[in-house]
Amino acid sequence: MIRKIVISALLVTAPVMVHAAGGGHLEKADIDISNEAQLQRGAKYFVNYCLGCHSAQYVRYNRLALDLGLTEDQLVENIMFTGERPHDTMENAIPAVDSANWFGRTPPDLSLTARARGGDWVYSFLKSFYLDPSKPTGTNNLVLPGASMPHVLWDLQGLQKAVFRTETGPDGVPHEVFDHFELVEPGQLSPEQFDTVAADLATFLTYISEPVKMQRQSLGIKVILFLVVLFLFSYLYKKELWKDVH
Amino acid sequence: MSSSHNDGAQVAGRGAGGFNRWLNKRFPLDKMLREHITEYYASKNLNWWSVFGSLALVVLVIQIVSGIFLTMSYKPAAADAFASVEYIMRDVNWGWLIRYMHSTGASMFFVVVYVHMFRGMMYGSYKNPRELLWIFGMFIYLALAAEAFFGYLLPWGQMSYWGAQVIVSLFGAIPVVGESLVEWIRGDFFISDITLNRFFALHVIAIPLVLVGLVVVHILALHEVGSNNPDGVEIKEKKGPDGVPLDGVAFHPYHTAKDLVAFVAFAIVFAAIVFYAPEMGGYFLEHANFEAADPLKTPEHIAPVWYFTPFYAILRAVPDKLGGVILMGAAMILLFFLPWLDRSPVKSIRYRGWMFKLALAVFVVSFFVLGFLGTRPATGVYTTLARVFAVLYFAFFLLMPLYTKWDKTKPVPERVVYHD
Repeated sequence: MIRKIVISALLVTAPVMVHAAGGGHLEKADIDISNEAQLQRGAKYFVNYCLGCHSAQYVRYNRLALDLGLTEDQLVENIMFTGERPHDTMENAIPAVDSANWFGRTPPDLSLTARARGGDWVYSFLKSFYLDPSKPTGTNNLVLPGASMPHVLWDLQGLQKAVFRTETGPDGVPHEVFDHFELVEPGQLSPEQFDTVAADLATFLTYISEPVKMQRQSLGIKVILFLVVLFLFSYLYKKELWKDVH
Repeated sequence: MSSSHNDGAQVAGRGAGGFNRWLNKRFPLDKMLREHITEYYASKNLNWWSVFGSLALVVLVIQIVSGIFLTMSYKPAAADAFASVEYIMRDVNWGWLIRYMHSTGASMFFVVVYVHMFRGMMYGSYKNPRELLWIFGMFIYLALAAEAFFGYLLPWGQMSYWGAQVIVSLFGAIPVVGESLVEWIRGDFFISDITLNRFFALHVIAIPLVLVGLVVVHILALHEVGSNNPDGVEIKEKKGPDGVPLDGVAFHPYHTAKDLVAFVAFAIVFAAIVFYAPEMGGYFLEHANFEAADPLKTPEHIAPVWYFTPFYAILRAVPDKLGGVILMGAAMILLFFLPWLDRSPVKSIRYRGWMFKLALAVFVVSFFVLGFLGTRPATGVYTTLARVFAVLYFAFFLLMPLYTKWDKTKPVPERVVYHD
């Protein structure tokens, strides 16, 4: 009876465990934060393309050096451009009021974006800018419709337009559905190369959203192994002790 | 069965001279240890369902200790709170571990307490003479819910903020005084720095004091009436010549050894979550809570943490706000009345008929389904389902006097069933 209750309870909750990610058109980035070279490339793109407007105010430069396998000299030379000290956090130089006036809103801090929305979201967002003359920036974004951010990586990716097709939904009302992107003006990189850039950035953002992740996972296995051994001994102790209970 | 029952003044294994004698003349240490630990007898047939009470105590300790350390680095101010949590996660030595232990502990507290309550319902642990024990336990549950609610505002993320906004505004449904009451709770016209500050005070001192006090009372009541067991047999009614219940074994070392096994098993699960899935797919730490609170940006979908979702689903199932609040409250309060709703002559599910078993199964399924629905947007078929299962949830309680009376019971044995 009890077993039946437990099993039916598990069956009912099964759908809960399938996590539904945020809507829109998301592509898989296969993020691996243990890839040091990728993180280094991501950091480079991040300081060159993102940090001008966005901040990563909880991320310290020297922590980056430590986790990305850089010496302090390499750090200062490749990542730090505006005279910060290594223990500073990744701030940007634009006063928030100015950027709010220029873009319509202050570009959000990116320390936790990948944690709030997922690395795949970042990857897809970076790849999904398309030409839309109705927008002040000239582009729109499929993942974040109405994004006030311009297509910063356009010189790398080039410019693409979104092709929509008309589909009739189950409610009988026809509506436009995204079909595919079409490159209108090629950039400096091939589409495959650009995918790598987007993945590098998504990986870097995933890393900064929880810098301790690798450390916690490597510590976890040791803790659990210790507990498994302890479990064995505590179980044998209990068994021995309870032998005299009849 | 050990014959370690001790009529002497000291606990077995402890010296009777020198310091111990001096101490025990002035403070009843040995007496307390005997009463509550070495000569507290619980049935030998307790199964693994019975370890969750001890586990709840363990989680309480985890929460208090990790909470103390978090308080050392956390800043309860709207401008600093979110950043101070990230400071703990990134810059404080082992801060991430302490924070994950606390956040995992919060959810695991509810897992453990829900199982503990379910065990009580299965074996009729709320029935005579354990009505007060059950009621103290229910007060612990309410205090725990308040503690979790106040604590959830502290990280000052989007879900912290808007979750608190939704729950606090529920008091606005109360006629006449509602709106002023809401303002009084918040201390402001919206959830603000002031609200955060007072929730911090309630979370770190007021509610924990109440909680610890209630736990003491709960344990004292338990040790007065004795632990129930899977057979629902009162072991105190059959005592040996030494006054020890024939089916009882000492809490220490027997039950403590068993609880230790359970504790280590629990620690393995706990560690697996802390180290490999601290967010638990967004159920222990909601994704949207990694975005700082923004009073100007209402999230599309506000969901409480999983342990409140069954009640949240009931709240939303009712079209009328006040009606929803009343039903949500009733869903919790009805549990207090179980000792009197249950008219069965037997305690344990082992000796009850099919009606109670079916009712309990329906109750558990409704609880889980409502919990699931509370995480989803309240639209279309979800709302219909929430209504159906809310009705089933309440039917379990309201029809209980009838089905427990009609139900055919099996004869309860004189002594507990125990296999070596």
